Amino acid sequence: MDITVPNPGLPLTSSDMVVEDRQRHLFRVARRAFTDEAVLEQERRQIFDRCWLYLGHSSEIRNNCDFVSRAVGGRELIFNRDRGGAVHAFLNTCPHRGAMVVREKKGNALSFRCFYHGWSFNVNGRFASRFDEGNYGKEHYGGGCADLAQVPRLESYRDFWFVNFDRNAMSLADYLAGAKEYIDLVADQGEVEMEIVGSGQQYIINANWKLLAENSIDAFHGFPVHSTYFDYLQNIGSLRSDGFDAKGMSSLGNGHAVIEYASPWGRPIARWVPSWGEEKRELVERIRQGLIQRYGEERGLRIAETSRNMVIFPNLVINDIMAITVRTFYPDAANRMTVSAWALGARDEDHELRKLRLFNFLEFLGPGGFATPDDQEALENCQRGYRNQREAAWNDISKGMPRVGPPKNDDEEQMRCFWRQWRQRMAGAA
Amino acid sequence: MNADVSLSQGLAKDDPGLRAKIEDFLYLEADLLDEWRIEEWFALFAEGATYEVPPTGEDDADPATSLFYIADDYVRLRERVVRLTKKEAHSEFPRSRQRHMISNVRITAMAAGVADVACNFITYRAKRGVVDTYYGKHLYRIDCAANPWKIKTKRSVLGMDMLYPGKLTIII
Repeated sequence: MDITVPNPGLPLTSSDMVVEDRQRHLFRVARRAFTDEAVLEQERRQIFDRCWLYLGHSSEIRNNCDFVSRAVGGRELIFNRDRGGAVHAFLNTCPHRGAMVVREKKGNALSFRCFYHGWSFNVNGRFASRFDEGNYGKEHYGGGCADLAQVPRLESYRDFWFVNFDRNAMSLADYLAGAKEYIDLVADQGEVEMEIVGSGQQYIINANWKLLAENSIDAFHGFPVHSTYFDYLQNIGSLRSDGFDAKGMSSLGNGHAVIEYASPWGRPIARWVPSWGEEKRELVERIRQGLIQRYGEERGLRIAETSRNMVIFPNLVINDIMAITVRTFYPDAANRMTVSAWALGARDEDHELRKLRLFNFLEFLGPGGFATPDDQEALENCQRGYRNQREAAWNDISKGMPRVGPPKNDDEEQMRCFWRQWRQRMAGAA
Repeated sequence: MNADVSLSQGLAKDDPGLRAKIEDFLYLEADLLDEWRIEEWFALFAEGATYEVPPTGEDDADPATSLFYIADDYVRLRERVVRLTKKEAHSEFPRSRQRHMISNVRITAMAAGVADVACNFITYRAKRGVVDTYYGKHLYRIDCAANPWKIKTKRSVLGMDMLYPGKLTIII
């Protein structure tokens, strides 16, 4: 390899950190991109301040006056529904002196009241306190300066709500681009609508956030990292090798990418495995037939049979695998992220299937699952390995580059999609 | 004697002898985990037993309707143990070092020889120079009529408000 090694002491632009040589089929990412706090600061400005970021799902604020408070993109936000049912995203800070107005994680309230000095707000964000005359000048409340500040942009697609801190950003629909088709494949699983099940999981990974974006759509690591999970499926008699054909990998535009493949595991929607027992077989078959009836043979079977891992740039993962997980993550530091993960299911789901969905989720997913912890271990080992970057400076993401024809899902083209977008965004060019 | 009198082994809920025996049993369990004698640990569980870690702040949650961190039935608990014996369980290879501390042991109910037990716990896990601390309370249902005693259910309720250590790979 004769790629110039960037000197860690020198300023390095993000375009130097992603090197693509199509002629030689080489794709390299500087390990410094995962460790440098200055890179993270630039990511905050160029990526998290400008991209559409996942806020939450409609079902989390189903009723009027429901609210959720949540950290998104380094901010503290309120995601809520007002008395008339309109959805809002407010910056969770009192216009008076800055205290967080909502301190509970979720609830239902007719108004918000800052505990510090008692300023109150209607759930549509309007200032609602009344003070004695003489406390403030007549013009004091003009121009909404005493109202809760709204997040500049709030838009939704199929009940997934996103915020953007850049007033001039393209529309969410344009931003999602090809990802919409894959959100549809999830959103269409319920006859009524989809919902977040219970509360989510929240945990720390001591690794750079981009490692999880890569890992979430990386099929190459599946067998080496997760052999104990596949052993488990084998042991309980639930490993299936038949079924709908794998589809490979698709670039969805704007840095989003998806892999689609035949499922070796069972899916509550709708692929039965023997360990679920005969009584569930009929139930699952009914769901499967319902999908075929609603969407036709091909799309119905695609929803029922195939698994899909998708990253929506920069930090939303929707993996429709042995269960559906919606997962977002944000860097606390270059070497640490906080992950929030939820389970999604059809609102009208049969009780037994819902139970199965949650049971299935936990067999693989989450910090107590049989697979996710080994991913976390891999990510943390990478981060630790990057301590060697003065001598070993580059990650290799070249797998599948010489391939003629569509990329396979265990190629690394999906990560290349991510990194090309990262490079563009960091240069302020997207 | 009150209505909680157990016919089994002459033990009652308020019998200090019972609490001492239960503490001994929990210390044995902790020791097996500390020493990575995980298959012997699994043998403490009755057939059909469950092992659960509910979402933080939802002590009474139902795994049929809420997303837990861990909700194992007996088969999956067995498989969890099988997995942890393999070096391909990468998060625990090389193995972490762990210490389980148990305190505040109370017997909350006793019927037909089956005791409901609550205790506080702190579990430390060390690997690669990082110490993870897990704390909370364990809720057990222990069949004291069986010989040897068997755990029918174990629910570990985290005291933290999120999972600061990223993983739940060891049995806390």
